[in-house]
Amino acid sequence: MARGLFAESGADLELVGVRKEFPGFTAVEQLDLTIAAGTFFALLGPSGCGKTTTLRLVAGLEEPTAGRILIGGADVTDTKPFRRPVNTVFQSYALFPHMSVLENVAFGLRRRGIGDPLGKAHTALQLVELDHLAERKPAQLSGGQQQRVALARAVVNRPALLLLDEPLGALDLKLRRQMQLELKNIQTEVGLTFVHVTHDQEEAMTMADTVAVMNKGRIEQIGAPEELYELPRTSFVANFLGQSNLFAGEVVESGDATIGVQAAGRRILVPTERAQRRSGSVTVGVRPEKLLLLTEEPAATAGINVLGPGRVTDVSFSGVSTQYLVEVPGVGTIIVFAQNLVFGPVVERGAEVWVSWRVEHGFGLSDAPVSSIAQAHEALVGGAEA
Amino acid sequence: MALTAFTGPVVSADASGARRGGRIALLLLLPGIAYLLLFFLAPLVSLVITSLQTPSETVFGQYDFTFNWQNYGEVIGTYSEQILRSFLYALLATVFALLFSYPLAYFIGVVMRRWPLVQSLLLILVVAPFFISFLLRTLAWKQILSDEGPVVSTLKALALLGPQDHITGTPIAVVFGLTYNFIPFMCLPLYTTLERLDMRLIEAGRDLYAGPATTFRTVTLPLSMPGIVSGTLLTFIPAAGDYVNASSQFLGGTSSTMIGNVIQSNFLVQLNYPAAAALSILLMAIILVLVGVYVRRSGTEDLL
Amino acid sequence: MSGNTQAGLVLGQEIGAEELAPAPVRRRAYGFSAGKWLLPVYCTLALAFLLVPIVYTIVFSFNDSVKTNIAWRGFTLDNWLNVCSEPGVCEAFGNSLLIGVTSTTIATVLGTMIALALVRYRFRFRAATNLLLFLPMATPEVVIGAGLAAQFLSAGIAKGLGTIIVAHAMFCLSFVVVTVKARVASLDPALEDAGRDLYGSSSQVFWRITFPLLLPGILAAALLSFSLSFDDFIITYFNSGSVNTFPTFIYTAATRGIPAEANVIASAVFLLAIAIVLIGQLSAQARRKRLAR
Repeated sequence: MARGLFAESGADLELVGVRKEFPGFTAVEQLDLTIAAGTFFALLGPSGCGKTTTLRLVAGLEEPTAGRILIGGADVTDTKPFRRPVNTVFQSYALFPHMSVLENVAFGLRRRGIGDPLGKAHTALQLVELDHLAERKPAQLSGGQQQRVALARAVVNRPALLLLDEPLGALDLKLRRQMQLELKNIQTEVGLTFVHVTHDQEEAMTMADTVAVMNKGRIEQIGAPEELYELPRTSFVANFLGQSNLFAGEVVESGDATIGVQAAGRRILVPTERAQRRSGSVTVGVRPEKLLLLTEEPAATAGINVLGPGRVTDVSFSGVSTQYLVEVPGVGTIIVFAQNLVFGPVVERGAEVWVSWRVEHGFGLSDAPVSSIAQAHEALVGGAEA
Repeated sequence: MALTAFTGPVVSADASGARRGGRIALLLLLPGIAYLLLFFLAPLVSLVITSLQTPSETVFGQYDFTFNWQNYGEVIGTYSEQILRSFLYALLATVFALLFSYPLAYFIGVVMRRWPLVQSLLLILVVAPFFISFLLRTLAWKQILSDEGPVVSTLKALALLGPQDHITGTPIAVVFGLTYNFIPFMCLPLYTTLERLDMRLIEAGRDLYAGPATTFRTVTLPLSMPGIVSGTLLTFIPAAGDYVNASSQFLGGTSSTMIGNVIQSNFLVQLNYPAAAALSILLMAIILVLVGVYVRRSGTEDLL
Repeated sequence: MSGNTQAGLVLGQEIGAEELAPAPVRRRAYGFSAGKWLLPVYCTLALAFLLVPIVYTIVFSFNDSVKTNIAWRGFTLDNWLNVCSEPGVCEAFGNSLLIGVTSTTIATVLGTMIALALVRYRFRFRAATNLLLFLPMATPEVVIGAGLAAQFLSAGIAKGLGTIIVAHAMFCLSFVVVTVKARVASLDPALEDAGRDLYGSSSQVFWRITFPLLLPGILAAALLSFSLSFDDFIITYFNSGSVNTFPTFIYTAATRGIPAEANVIASAVFLLAIAIVLIGQLSAQARRKRLAR
């Protein structure tokens, strides 16, 4: 990017076959990714999944072992960080402790020789409503204020791409909610491409247009938040984004509209278009809030899956809903979220129940590692006995 | 300040910021390392070489390299008394300095924690002796402890000292001088660890039915081990090699000569370089072995 | 004084505040009233003891002495007003300053470079480098002094100011490395990343971010190095030849009696050093207060 010029608008980011190895381990296995200009993109994953490394690769703070990185169509793989039209809001904010807030914000502008750095810095500070603290040192600000200064320091450079490395991690819950909204507003206002790294699924889902779920150096699934939630493609996504009930079995019938999976002596139907695999051993699942608890065995109805009878082993109240754990012989523990429409639980512990859900709510996963799914399920329901 | 050197935070080799950058690292390291190799390691080697020389048969005052291992046997035979005395004095001084300093460091580092300003002012008083010339403060003690000085006359008046007794020139004065001169070296590392001591651990000890004595023995003392280890090392090593306190112009006498005095007089007065070199190598070897064993046994290897 | 008393002191305060202390702990509480004043009294006496030779030295800088400065003969300011009247004192002092400044500069530059490399980069021979840095601190000064002297002797280099500076820079180097290393390690690497991210080139990042942030550590290391050099006697004496530094001047003068002017210089240096440290502490305190606001 030419010295003294701002980016006109956000730019596309393209990663082609990017791989990063550190001595002893591989942080990023293989990454192919295109992020359209002007989007708010979230990279979501557990710690150690390679998401921060990916961000550092884009910023130029690390060099990829293999692959290319393109920003706005231009190959920047070998470009030094200070020549890339990219700025980062660091996890620890990384505000320079020996400079005032104003000088921190003006730092990038001065380095690039842009005219009126202080005036532009003041404008950026007004954007985050901190102009009155411009003369303070970073150590004299609260965590939320520091976060906003870090944001202003990055945004003031009008980068084509703004990278956010878990910038809200250090804030308490209430402040975090507030900052999430503020970030989203700023993004809409300045129209940049945001790439946000986080391990907080709720944060990713509320803020981003597109979410990529990352695990062990690979991207498991990319899509709009609701799409990822409603139609997870792997057991990792199904369990990392919210909770899921997963059932393993053999495909016994395969039609145009649905496939039938034999599990625990019952047949579970899943829409064909929502199943990634349509033959052999598969794993199918359904979200806990899609389930209905029944105290009597329902009559067989088309378009409804039923499992049971089972026994309620645990009831826990969580405000808006109640979580039930139902032990169904041959299937394992099933989680059910029921909205609290009436006072008190609908059923007591020990009650005999059936669970049912509409066929179109089910999904079929692309991976079928039965044992690991069982383990994940086990871990999820807190080892409530298999 | 001065001795936080030994007690600064332990820097892990794999600090998260570590990068690989062979060339820059080499450029940064090379001048300093070359300097140390040239002016620390090479002198040690030349000391080893010197220690194996014999006097030249043709030119007086000249020495030839002959692999003369007997030099070591000779100096051990001649100076075993001074060698043993050095380590005994250094040990005594270390123990006394530790006993003197621990309560002081505890007071400043733990009791005074609520008043940081007082804490730092007291600390300045502890290190104050650093700032006055080492030789002059030792000479000051010589005058104070001299036969005409106030201490001797008081002790004589109290009949604790006979009319013919002295303090200066005796081993007591030498150990006293060593102790005094190295107290700041002991105090600072002790202070640094005690100042960081988490009081909640002591409360936990109390909570778990340990009385003050037991809590001190089982919680406070083990946790201050890093400070004790660096303090004792910082005292013991220079004390063992010191020759100012034991020199007869200062606090010592003929019956309290230490290995440092012997090395100094062999090297600078008698010009018997091989003997001085052999003694130096011997001193260093003994100290390294002692330090190695001590550090290993006290389980604080990461201090190095 | 036993350690138990001190532990008792602190615990005593805690227990006093704790109304519902369990019986076994409470029973021990009777001893604490003694412990409460025992430790402060001991510390007052201990600090007074530490200051005895300092006070002695300062007082005798005002002694109206003739030739030797042993017996008190009366108060005078002459020594302070005519420090340089005593032959050799001021020359030795000047030499010490020159040696201190030069060797500190060398040690600080080399040591800071090593510290940066040690914290920031992974390289082979790291353990060997650490050992090479530790050994000079674990070697008695006589050995270092004799070793250097032996080397200068065999290389045929005449002893003088140059050999003293070389020697001082050598033993100060390790102390500089340890001091600066701690500072580098406490520096968040993200700050430099941020500098690079904000369009700073490598040299801009170093001079505008890394260096200013390391400066307090580097200054502390330089002060430590200077005071080590200024007060060093043992290594200096082996390598000084005919040049006198302030400590070697005192050592040689000790046989015939120390001139009061030496006390003047030592006292002045002492007061100056204490003043520097005091100002440093007080301004740090003020800064902490301001930040806590």
